[in-house]
Amino acid sequence: MAAKLKSTDIVIVGLGWTGGILAKELAETGLSIVVLERGGPRDTNPDFMYPTVHDELRYAQRHELMQNVSRETLTFRNNASETALPMRQLGSFLPGEGVGGAGVHWNGVPWRWLPWDHEPLTQTLARYGPGVIPPDMQMLDWGVSYDELEPYYDKFEYLCGVSGKAGNLRGQKIDGGNVFEGPRQRDYPNPPMLQTHAGALFEKAAKSLGYHPFPGPSANTSQPYVNPDGVAFGACHYCGYCERFGCEVNAKASAHFTVIPLAARKSNVEMRTNARVMKVNLDAAKTRAESVTYIDAAGREFEQPAGLVVLCAYALGNVHLMLLSGIGKPYDPTTGAGVVGRNYAYQIGSGAIVFFDEKTWINSFMGAGALAVNIDDFNTGSFDHVKEGFIGGGGISTSSSGGRPIGFRPVPPGTPAWGTEWKRAVVRHYNHTLAIGNQGSVMAYRQNYLDLDPTYRDRYGRSLLRMTFDFHANEQKQANFLADICVRIGQAMGAERVVRSGPPQHYSIVPYQSTHNTGGAAMGTDPRTSALNRYCQTWDVSNVFVTGACAFPQNAGKAPTGPVGALAYWTADAIKRYLNNPGSLVPT
Amino acid sequence: MADDEGMRRRDVLKGLGVTGAVAGIVATTVPPEVQEAEAQAAAPHAHAVSRDGQSADGFRFFTPQEAAIVVALVDTLIPKDDVGPGGVEVGVPIFIDRELAGAYGRGARMYLDGPFGQGTPQQGYQLPLPPADLYRIGIADLNAWCVETRGGKTFDELSPADRTTALKAIEAGQAEFAQVPARNFFSVLLQNTMEGYFADPMYGGNRNSAVWKMIGFPGAIGMYREVIEKYRNKRYDVEPKSIQDLS
Repeated sequence: MAAKLKSTDIVIVGLGWTGGILAKELAETGLSIVVLERGGPRDTNPDFMYPTVHDELRYAQRHELMQNVSRETLTFRNNASETALPMRQLGSFLPGEGVGGAGVHWNGVPWRWLPWDHEPLTQTLARYGPGVIPPDMQMLDWGVSYDELEPYYDKFEYLCGVSGKAGNLRGQKIDGGNVFEGPRQRDYPNPPMLQTHAGALFEKAAKSLGYHPFPGPSANTSQPYVNPDGVAFGACHYCGYCERFGCEVNAKASAHFTVIPLAARKSNVEMRTNARVMKVNLDAAKTRAESVTYIDAAGREFEQPAGLVVLCAYALGNVHLMLLSGIGKPYDPTTGAGVVGRNYAYQIGSGAIVFFDEKTWINSFMGAGALAVNIDDFNTGSFDHVKEGFIGGGGISTSSSGGRPIGFRPVPPGTPAWGTEWKRAVVRHYNHTLAIGNQGSVMAYRQNYLDLDPTYRDRYGRSLLRMTFDFHANEQKQANFLADICVRIGQAMGAERVVRSGPPQHYSIVPYQSTHNTGGAAMGTDPRTSALNRYCQTWDVSNVFVTGACAFPQNAGKAPTGPVGALAYWTADAIKRYLNNPGSLVPT
Repeated sequence: MADDEGMRRRDVLKGLGVTGAVAGIVATTVPPEVQEAEAQAAAPHAHAVSRDGQSADGFRFFTPQEAAIVVALVDTLIPKDDVGPGGVEVGVPIFIDRELAGAYGRGARMYLDGPFGQGTPQQGYQLPLPPADLYRIGIADLNAWCVETRGGKTFDELSPADRTTALKAIEAGQAEFAQVPARNFFSVLLQNTMEGYFADPMYGGNRNSAVWKMIGFPGAIGMYREVIEKYRNKRYDVEPKSIQDLS
């Protein structure tokens, strides 16, 4: 039986970006806070030191910093007619485990999503009317607009020391920045990063086609930086070991050296690592959370009573805990009723591989996770996508995130996968090739959802989360349209050969695509279609708040960490109001 | 019969206590440079067994017979040629052996609970086997398949040209293994071979960073702030450094 612990005012489940931000912000209330992290403690020194952290096999291939699926995984199928089977090893996405969460091993790409992304339904209806939305598409507004979130985006950018160039300062468009972004109150805290040859080629080619290239926002700091909390960042070395690695110089923003130690310093905050939360315990009426149950490193079970529970356990972990705990009604795709697990989405990729002659040196090993040149000319809301036959869009970029050779050794199609001919092609193309990628939006559909698997269990005896997901025709059209743009840019670079990569026919759990899982506990304005209200408070259990990308009702053509950070700050403010006057912040 | 000849020869060699890899030397179908490579990989094993059993290069997971097969597989996938080093000479078989002897081989980060179903390609790997077991069974399957379809010879007994033909058939899905799906075995083998070839030398492959030198990858250095703009569209020609070099 679980040992019952002394009650705390607030319990936070998960210690990545969202848990760290919530812990630091809520610590200011003086209330007692317990934070439970399923993984172990980690810090830059000694865990991410040079040169040992520059180890592609250990971190990029063997996933040292990520979720260990031998303990907890999920099952997957493309559609409800199939039997879901376990994801037996990591592949498509790489959730984190341990202090700092996936924010330790991210690339450091802190986008603001476009205004359209926060209210796609309103904007689509206003521009095109209801007829253009496919019948199965479950498009939802967030219930909070870009303008409302803007101060919170700003706060996250200054926390992270983002390097970049504004393209829209209080409505004034600025050449060289992203002219498609929403208005921002001030510029980024740091200037853009240095440019690579790949970036220069992309910029020139995109301009020649009339597009609007700009340096991508980067949470790899372009210069030494001290954030408003007084946390010092080093300047990025452009080492090319960002994604899947920790950063040895604290140039890549991460909660583990910013918000988390600041919160941990407070006497009213206690952080427990190797504390894996099994479920949230509700009262008999299922309207109030009373405690959480967790297991420690030795397998002992504890019950931690709390007045307020905040779930910060990654998009998939949050939905899993809600389903296991009975928070909100599970979604049923046959009737369309229920909300938990609804609106799960991902992203769709396409692009072009650009092969140059041997006089063109790309040196892709010099780079940084977020070092990229982008265009948003074909992103959500930037152009007449409906005229092209779909809803959505994508960000196009060439990214110089590091040419580590186990993972990056492009060869032209038709090259054998081994043997002398293969080796010759690797040597010929390794330093003379770049990729242009489309990160395509994915809308939510009736058929794509998360629920509990009826068969498979984790090490702790709990039902695994089951993911039912596939790409739809709308997204295929979008990704094909954007792949053509990528090819056009590649051709304008003066390449020897440009190879188009179209979108996959079906979503596969196998190859890495992105750790950009969204939805499953959507926020919104209607309790019949969203699991959370606009403050990320669960509709049914008012003392449970849920933060993270699970709240996004559909996915965008941009990485989700920016809005995840902004929404964490937004939620922290909402919780502070809740604490003064407990109850639902949006009466139903 | 060819089958019997193959079996006899292996039995004789086993009886003599000769490792499988050394057996390659007596196979007249294998050219001298491959014999050399195989002997090179096999020698440390013999050394390890005869001396202290702890030599850094001894095979820990593979039996001598399995090691001979893996050496022949790696030599076929990444041969020594005019382009650059072969997989065997830079230690890829040792790399694979080390991986299989450790946490990776045990599937320490894999979910291996049942029930087991075949699934779709989109659902990924569904065998109940961690990599070490997949290799052990896969190598036995490969040999049985070779003996049956290649004139009674095990894989290491084939000529280089026949090894290539055999692996192409497996890669193309034309081989039926008795126990594990041939393509599962092949794809994991190819993945691990590439990992060993391109990984930091401390894992046993990519000896002396020879593979990094070949492609122009500086390795673990990662200090490019001062050079990233200067070397735009220019060759950055430096001696690669491994983690040990920098430690």
